[in-house]
Amino acid sequence: MTTINSKIPEGKLSEKWSEYKSHQKLVNPANKRRLDVIVVGTGLAGGAAAASLGELGFNVLNFCIQDSPRRAHSIAAQGGINAAKNYQNDGDSIYRLFYDTIKGGDYRAREANVYRLAEVSGNIIDQCVAQGVPFAREYGGLLDNRSFGGAQVSRTFYAKGQTGQQLLLGAYSALSRQVQNGTVKLYTRYEMLDIVLIDGRARGIIVRNLTTGKLERFAAHAVVIATGGYGNTFFLSTNAMGSNGSAAWQCYKKGAYFANPCFAQIHPTCIPVHGEFQSKLTLMSESLRNDGRIWVPKNKEDAEAIRAGKLKPTQIKEENRDYYLERRYPAFGNLVPRDVASRAAKERCDAGYGVGSTGLAVYLDFSDAIKRLGVKTVEARYGNLFQMYEKIVDENPYETPMMIYPAIHYTMGGIWVDYELQTSIPGLFAAGEANFSDHGANRLGASALMQGLADGYFVLPYTIQNYLADQIQVPRFSTSLPEFEAAEKAINDKIHKLMNIKGKRSVDNIHKQLGLIMWEFVGMGRNKEGLQTALKEIKEVKREFWSNVRIPGSGSDLNTEMEKALRLADFIEIGELMAYDALHREESCGGHFREEYQTEDGEALRDDRKFSYVACWKYTGDDKEPELLKEDLNYEYIKVQQRNYKS
Amino acid sequence: MDKTINITLKIWRQKNPKTKGNFETYPLKNISIESSFLEMLDILNEQLIHEGKEPVVFDHDCREGICGMCSLYVNGHPHGPDEDVTTCQLHMRKFKDGATITVEPWRSAGFPVIRDLMVDRTAFDKIIQAGGYVSVNTGGVPDANSIPISKINADEAMDSASCIGCGACVAACKNASAMLFVSAKVSQLALLPQGRIEAAHRAKAMVAKMDELGFGNCTNTGACEAECPKNISISNIARLNREFLTAKIKD
Amino acid sequence: MWLLQSSIGKKLIMSISGLFLLVFLLLHMSVNFVSIISGEAYNEACHFMGTNIFVQIMVPVLAAGFVIHIIYACVLTLQNQKARGSDKYASSSKTKVPWASKNMFVLGIIVLGFLGMHLMHFWTKMQLSEWLGEEQALGYTLVSALFKNPLYAVLYLVWIWALWFHLTHGFWSAFQTIGLNNGKWIPRLKVIAYIYATVIAVGFTIIPIFFWLVPGK
Repeated sequence: MTTINSKIPEGKLSEKWSEYKSHQKLVNPANKRRLDVIVVGTGLAGGAAAASLGELGFNVLNFCIQDSPRRAHSIAAQGGINAAKNYQNDGDSIYRLFYDTIKGGDYRAREANVYRLAEVSGNIIDQCVAQGVPFAREYGGLLDNRSFGGAQVSRTFYAKGQTGQQLLLGAYSALSRQVQNGTVKLYTRYEMLDIVLIDGRARGIIVRNLTTGKLERFAAHAVVIATGGYGNTFFLSTNAMGSNGSAAWQCYKKGAYFANPCFAQIHPTCIPVHGEFQSKLTLMSESLRNDGRIWVPKNKEDAEAIRAGKLKPTQIKEENRDYYLERRYPAFGNLVPRDVASRAAKERCDAGYGVGSTGLAVYLDFSDAIKRLGVKTVEARYGNLFQMYEKIVDENPYETPMMIYPAIHYTMGGIWVDYELQTSIPGLFAAGEANFSDHGANRLGASALMQGLADGYFVLPYTIQNYLADQIQVPRFSTSLPEFEAAEKAINDKIHKLMNIKGKRSVDNIHKQLGLIMWEFVGMGRNKEGLQTALKEIKEVKREFWSNVRIPGSGSDLNTEMEKALRLADFIEIGELMAYDALHREESCGGHFREEYQTEDGEALRDDRKFSYVACWKYTGDDKEPELLKEDLNYEYIKVQQRNYKS
Repeated sequence: MDKTINITLKIWRQKNPKTKGNFETYPLKNISIESSFLEMLDILNEQLIHEGKEPVVFDHDCREGICGMCSLYVNGHPHGPDEDVTTCQLHMRKFKDGATITVEPWRSAGFPVIRDLMVDRTAFDKIIQAGGYVSVNTGGVPDANSIPISKINADEAMDSASCIGCGACVAACKNASAMLFVSAKVSQLALLPQGRIEAAHRAKAMVAKMDELGFGNCTNTGACEAECPKNISISNIARLNREFLTAKIKD
Repeated sequence: MWLLQSSIGKKLIMSISGLFLLVFLLLHMSVNFVSIISGEAYNEACHFMGTNIFVQIMVPVLAAGFVIHIIYACVLTLQNQKARGSDKYASSSKTKVPWASKNMFVLGIIVLGFLGMHLMHFWTKMQLSEWLGEEQALGYTLVSALFKNPLYAVLYLVWIWALWFHLTHGFWSAFQTIGLNNGKWIPRLKVIAYIYATVIAVGFTIIPIFFWLVPGK
């Protein structure tokens, strides 16, 4: 049986990372030029990694599917980025950020990785400020912080409601500087379709030039995958339309383990679904929960009247409102972690108290905040979010409460990586949301930006050298090697096959069907029976896709339907693995809620005795059951507890 | 049930950069006014695929107004007739029943058409590569709070930095000038002490690249500001002019 | 040379030459006003303008100002046409911008057309002839005779209002291009531009109206 080696350095938790850095192998400057590194993705992790590796002197090839690296979906993160700076003197520390992240992740993350994340979090803020990221400041000229879900300190740095944008533009500018310096070569509108292994090591990729539709080959000494998450398996999610799991999935199919695929985060504050033609869900920053209060009517009759359009939320008296988060979780109130807030909303709506025309929405009310702080302050904090809401919903949130509902937002699961961010394929690394590493079963708000940048700026540029140091004798590979030939041929065959189906249904049409199955059975609440149904129905979708999809145009030209079809082919399989993983994990933790496993008052019930491990899935062949490998999680520094946000 | 409208679309179709394009007319029925403009195009494409035709190609990604990928010149406006939004946030409630909607790609020599409504905006990346950054390497930077920055400057820098690089400014400008885009980046960094050090070089390098790539000369019509989905002010252009001219005069 | 090659350099030339012409217009208008007050004084002023050394030096400078402003207007406009690309928008732009700002070149041509006529009618007879040692016409007589011609008066008015539009944009735009502008001053300068343009236009308009309405003059 294969064993999992996560390569966690020996020593005290707080010294592991510095110990590692002191003893790792490095590549000398003259040799760096001779080593090629492929980085797929230009988001916070990919962009930061490509820029940093370029600065070090490696020869970097950087790919993205958008027309510019600046458009990666990291840009859409609104709220902020966590860092244990303790600028507010409110008792924050590296340990506390580490502890909050492990606890928020429901004790399913690796201690050493999370500690390192907390350790470098401060450096990220320093780096970004040096790049000219315009973080919000106090009148005294120092950086401002806000609080975020799952934490009792204010450690979130922000740039209006556009923190992700500003951080990404910081990484993008660093990347642009390296492009100018000639260390990074950019390939925009390129999509990775396969990874090429030579003698078991990652040595290149096959990409499709999306503008010409032609396949191209690229070789390198190491490959970094930073292609984000697979939330779009659900069709409707807060991810961008182009976000996909295909690059990660190809790695899985070539032997990289896929870890904890069922850990998907549902974000509690999204704009509710309004119709079947809807193409995506828009997130409203979690920071809104700082000042907004979440409620539904206390009486079912009121909820029904609201749904029928007979009653307005502002007409419901204070005593008839149920601020259910404040009621259930007095200590954290509206700031409970995302999974808790999402499930609580679903619970209220399922019980018949939901609002909006569909009954699948709850209120997020700012009237108290406006009374307390004044319109001006509220506008300064959330103005752009309110404007966005008004543009989409056509209601003024200053006057009437916003409506929100949970939606798929982030996937904690991803390609398994060791402490060095290396996957189970030597020479293949994964960073950012694409890997599984730091968030356990649930990610805290403002931690995704932190992890992406930590991986890209401060972790990968070190750890990848430990691998590359042994590669300096390896000459550049030719892309006409049989391994490249074979990989390209396989893709050509796949494209050919897809083009020849000539069925009746569009890609989106089938994708929506998959999305409904996922949301219904592999969404916020899961159970054995439902998951088994999902597995059956997903197989059906797969059959339907491969026999009835219609792709107009040509396979070897710009073809957006072909792009989507290739992604959907993988989403179907990812969905299957998610259901598979969810079925095997007979406990509730974080974003994975199994209805059979809950406490009497409806909270998630973990089973640490049986499931305190990372589920690593190994590909064994098409339509074959994947093999489960377990990486045990040993908590040496944190006492594992039932998560409690009540007191 | 949602209110629906019937519309007629006149859409620019062009096979590739070399062929000549033309407008095609597509009637669309029962479009919910709650749907976004791009969702309406999704419906059109679904219909086209069903008829065995090739769907209309257009750039889009985040669909929440921040990635800057979507473009489209709709009825004489970049990003359509609504204020302060990108095309992805434009909703069909802005159109009347029976309306004819003309949809064109961004038009500018700097943004050649790739296919249908998709254009090539790599020129913007090249301008940033010429100098739109602070030359610091990863690591070895001072503590984030070591240099206090006045809130006024930080906020103004943030306003400039909110540019999404969509290119609406170029599309709106009768001169196809990229000054608003360039000035937003130059301003953001010129306002912060971290960026101030290279401000003169940056202004010169970015303007030179902008000129080289064939963007037009700004004549201060203010069309860019009027159409910018992120409300970037032309006061940034004044600052760029100032930065550029003082840099050149000092040389 | 950055001044001649960079876009901002070329615009700086437009801006500086424009500002120079703005000052000239103000002076010209002031002198014109003298004709309303007293014919004699006006003739004297004309004579002064025709003989004073400083003015003589400034004439070629002024001419150069015009020529540079016009040449660069052409250069920039041609470049801008090219930047717009070969495919034009089918739908006309609905972007809300001041009309003048979009039509500076056309307005400039109207102003230029009149300028030619104006030079032929006045300048050749007043200043050029003085230089050539010919007998020059008395300014006052010339002005009063010309403005009695209704066609000329109407053309003059068309010109003035084209100039008004040209100045409403040109004035604040010149400051913007030099970089002497910011969020606070953009609206202020726009207001000042309207005031300046209106003063100039009204100032120049009063004269033909005056000659029209006061037949004795």
